[in-house]
Amino acid sequence: MTNLLTPATKMGLSISIATGLYGISFGALSIAAGLNLWQTVALSALMFTGGSQFAFIGVISGGGAASAAFSAASLLGVRNAVYGMQIKQTLRPHGRHVPWMAQVTIDESTAVSLGQADGAEKRRGFFTAGIGVYVLWNLFTLAGALLGEQMGDPAAWGLDGAAVAAFIGLLWPRLTSVQPVLIAVSAAVVTALAVPISAPGLPILFTALCAAAYALFTVRKAPAATEHGRLRSVDEEQQ
Amino acid sequence: MSELSWWVLGACLSAYAIKLCGYFVPRTVLDSPIMSHVASTLTVALLASLVTVNAFTSGQELVIDARIGALAAAIIALIFKAPYLVVVLVGALAAIVLRATGLAA
Repeated sequence: MTNLLTPATKMGLSISIATGLYGISFGALSIAAGLNLWQTVALSALMFTGGSQFAFIGVISGGGAASAAFSAASLLGVRNAVYGMQIKQTLRPHGRHVPWMAQVTIDESTAVSLGQADGAEKRRGFFTAGIGVYVLWNLFTLAGALLGEQMGDPAAWGLDGAAVAAFIGLLWPRLTSVQPVLIAVSAAVVTALAVPISAPGLPILFTALCAAAYALFTVRKAPAATEHGRLRSVDEEQQ
Repeated sequence: MSELSWWVLGACLSAYAIKLCGYFVPRTVLDSPIMSHVASTLTVALLASLVTVNAFTSGQELVIDARIGALAAAIIALIFKAPYLVVVLVGALAAIVLRATGLAA
């Protein structure tokens, strides 16, 4: 039992429940948008990235073309590629695990993994949140699709508040000095500025690009992580 | 199968291919000191971005509703070093209470 319920697995389970229950609203809205049961279930089982799924049914319910729904969903999923790079770097997965790990590489699993300090916890966090959200999201999608609007709005149960708390709880331990606080505040401002002018999901991607650019510009001033002397040689090349 | 079903499957395939893309970036690139500096900056930025999106947005709009109360309550819980699960529950409770009392939407 001591190994099963570590801080990372608890975080993974909490976020799985908070997010998974939202599958109810996806299932109900998807049917209301005019998709059938199998299309709804397929989106949760195969696409499995909430933002893209809501975008897909949003375009359809607004009377948009299926090709537009496809484009919107794909665009919103691009941030998962950034998450994949982060997970590959931190978890160093064996090649044979990549196909299914990629499928559960989403906001929640990445955030729980990145929120941990040591390697084993990062791994547990990723798997607990990834698999936990996958199972619950799919179960509750089915429930929502079958029961429809009788289930009501998850916001009424405070689940949206739980999601906010879950993400700030993952960020908090990283705010240990001035530098990360400044990065976090800047990222929040950039995201907020991007929200009104871009499709849902894109502000996160835009913020990631800004953060990566900032990091590249400041890399020389960073404390030299010259394990292999590579930083130094790159610096010299640039001069 | 209907045309919509094909688009559903196509979009699912596209989403999966995008997820796989990140894993195809060569390890030598990811392991460079520059990339690890970028990754640590990116981690904080991504988490802060997720907090912002979940707390202040509804579709393409910035909104202030019960979720900002949930954020404040969660931060107070974090300052008092509450365990993670308690932080999440405090967030949910704050949203429920604020809505039930009509203090926030």
